[in-house]
Amino acid sequence: MPKILQRKRLVPNVHLIEIEAPEIARKCKPGQFVIIMPDEFGERIPLTIGDWDEDKGSVTVVFIVVGTSTHKLSLLEEGDEVPVFVGPLGKVSKIEKFGTVVCSGGCFGISAIYPIARAMKKAGNKVITLLDVKANYLLYWEEKLRAVSDEFFVSARDDFFNCKDYVPDVLKNIVKKEKIDRVVSIGCTYLMYTSSQATRSKGIKTIVSLNPIMVDGTGMCGACRVTVDGKTKFACVDGPDFDGHLVDWEELFARRKSYFDEEIHSLSDWEKKTFP
Amino acid sequence: MTENKKQMPQELKEKLRAGFNLEWRKELRKSIPVKERMKLSRKKMPERNPDERNTDFTEVNLGLDLKKAQEEAQRCMDCANPQCVMGCPVGIDIPSFIKLIEIGDFVKSIRVLKETNGLPAICGRVCPQETQCEDVCTMKKGTGIPVAIGNLERFIADYEREQGEMFIPELPPPTGKKVAILGAGPAGLTVAGDLARKGHKVTIFEALHVAGGVLVYGIPEFRLPKKILKAEVDYLIKLGVEIKTNFVVGKTATMEDLKKEGYNAFFIGTGAGLPNFMRIPGENLIGVYSANEYLTRVNLMHAYAFPEYDTPVFLAKNAIVLGGGNVAMDSVRTAKRLGAKTSTIVYRRSRVEMPARVEEVHHAEEEGIKFHFLTTPTRFIGDDNGRLKAMECLKMELGEPDSSGRRRPIPIEGSEFIMNCDMAVVAIGNSPNPLIPQTTPELKVGRWGNVEVDWETMATSMEGVFAGGDIIRGGATVILAMGDARVAAKEIDKYLSTKKVQKKVPKKKK
Repeated sequence: MPKILQRKRLVPNVHLIEIEAPEIARKCKPGQFVIIMPDEFGERIPLTIGDWDEDKGSVTVVFIVVGTSTHKLSLLEEGDEVPVFVGPLGKVSKIEKFGTVVCSGGCFGISAIYPIARAMKKAGNKVITLLDVKANYLLYWEEKLRAVSDEFFVSARDDFFNCKDYVPDVLKNIVKKEKIDRVVSIGCTYLMYTSSQATRSKGIKTIVSLNPIMVDGTGMCGACRVTVDGKTKFACVDGPDFDGHLVDWEELFARRKSYFDEEIHSLSDWEKKTFP
Repeated sequence: MTENKKQMPQELKEKLRAGFNLEWRKELRKSIPVKERMKLSRKKMPERNPDERNTDFTEVNLGLDLKKAQEEAQRCMDCANPQCVMGCPVGIDIPSFIKLIEIGDFVKSIRVLKETNGLPAICGRVCPQETQCEDVCTMKKGTGIPVAIGNLERFIADYEREQGEMFIPELPPPTGKKVAILGAGPAGLTVAGDLARKGHKVTIFEALHVAGGVLVYGIPEFRLPKKILKAEVDYLIKLGVEIKTNFVVGKTATMEDLKKEGYNAFFIGTGAGLPNFMRIPGENLIGVYSANEYLTRVNLMHAYAFPEYDTPVFLAKNAIVLGGGNVAMDSVRTAKRLGAKTSTIVYRRSRVEMPARVEEVHHAEEEGIKFHFLTTPTRFIGDDNGRLKAMECLKMELGEPDSSGRRRPIPIEGSEFIMNCDMAVVAIGNSPNPLIPQTTPELKVGRWGNVEVDWETMATSMEGVFAGGDIIRGGATVILAMGDARVAAKEIDKYLSTKKVQKKVPKKKK
């Protein structure tokens, strides 16, 4: 079973796991994801790949603790094994020389945007990185991201960084000042939705990495159905990257809440059992 | 996707003839005259009480006991021309194993069975025997009621497992050849068993975390207990088969990568893992599932034991399942077991056109499942939160037969009506999984995304690559997949020693 090389808390409620997975590390490309299961009772959780090291044979993912299975993940330690770590799944993000690209991420998406920013930079683009955090102490991977960015913005709700506006407003300002050829946005559904809205009037291609509920992640079950341009797509095999201007956001918001009550039930049940 | 009707191969004919002429078989035939055998009644499969079993996931059928199995075995008249063998997609020597049950030589019986069927405990449970071996049984011609071949197969396989000692055949010295099998479903497991017994080094690559394919994610516990599948998989491991789970060929490595790692031949058995939907409005409402998702949550992810297991599934009050096949039956009976007040099949044709096994339909009815025939949904209706609350349907009538030979359903204009439901499971079939074709450009693929093979050899358009099961057929059955697998294994073995394939699909034009 895949072994955990490292598990650490990056910032409150956000954890990093580095897993021994030489085969996956050889194949990883920006924008792809893995499915991980914390133990044999857990859910299969899709997580976008944050980084990988082919020489070391490891893959790194960053996740936010929300439900039972992510809670369990956050308690794993170096040397522990997980029953499922499979990938790299999904289509690879389109990387080429577009010109000026805004790479935007929030929450777990700060890690998920990193491989894309790195590849965009390498492909010869001017990379403007725009991150969103609720407060300054929730920022991580700043050095890594600065190193692949031409311009670097952090939007936080406190006074610590250069702007307090929410990312979509910053984005609006950026596209007013400068010709932007492409925007890539990864984070919570709301961030991706509002970012897509911010660029819609200017018609700037905005790619979002969708995060619907998944089970198998290989196209077998169809749990991850999303409507894009009026057609049903499976995010796991047709995505996860889609054109944010064509996504049916209302449906995605609703479907992500499919098991809201069950998730609360599961978590409180597990907490009672685990921390009596 | 059609198949030629096969003649009985000479080799098989001779083998059956030799068995028929054995002294003990002759004597056994004489011991009870055919007329007496014909008078015996078929032993009923003991089942659990419907009202008890429709609340849990424990197996419905209990299996014949030893005495009943031997009595049932007496019904087989051991005829000179056993049509049952040709009725079986893998050509099991049925008279032999049944007569061995009759004389009580269970050890030999299981060996005969396993010569041609690596997964007898599974086939004894899920094969549609009534349309295969039992349909052409001579006893059926004589009395109208065939020998319970499937129940006997199940009996002998269970008997061996419960005795605790699985017979492991002696393996030939290793050939040094490596075979990669893509997908640990019924086809892949069968090929693996056959080739391991020929001394080849076999590795199965499986995308999910448990081996079994549809046997583990699709067929529910109450029809096929997982411990039985596990025993069959353990048997393969004892034969030296390596199973790499969590490995998606096409993603974790391509077939090209595996070739570079020294695999000499390939078998693609990745199944029909792409659910078909109705393509009607409202299909993405919360509460509309594909049968694959619904069954995977319950079976593979153990959602029936939520919150002990983290994966949830909707506990519907009024469940509707669209479709008339075995997967539809599995889904509708699962919903009932999860506490649905009403659990209803909605099928666009009538009862006789349903592709599900008669036994499954019968079991479903006993358990309180409702059936709405000649009905098709036209749209799903949701509430303000995007959750399913009803379904609009249209009544149908039957017209002329279509290409499948079944009468075509035609909508009756103006017959719309509303059915209330809080869950709908779409069980109208699956298409071949596209992952391998997408990542293997040289592979020739048919109109429906199915991998093309030569039906005599199961060879694809690529050198050393064979395929079988639902990836070539679309949605079919476990035993047809195993039949393909048996042919493919034989050809792969030949290919590994001669580097030649008699017939294959022409190469893809560039």
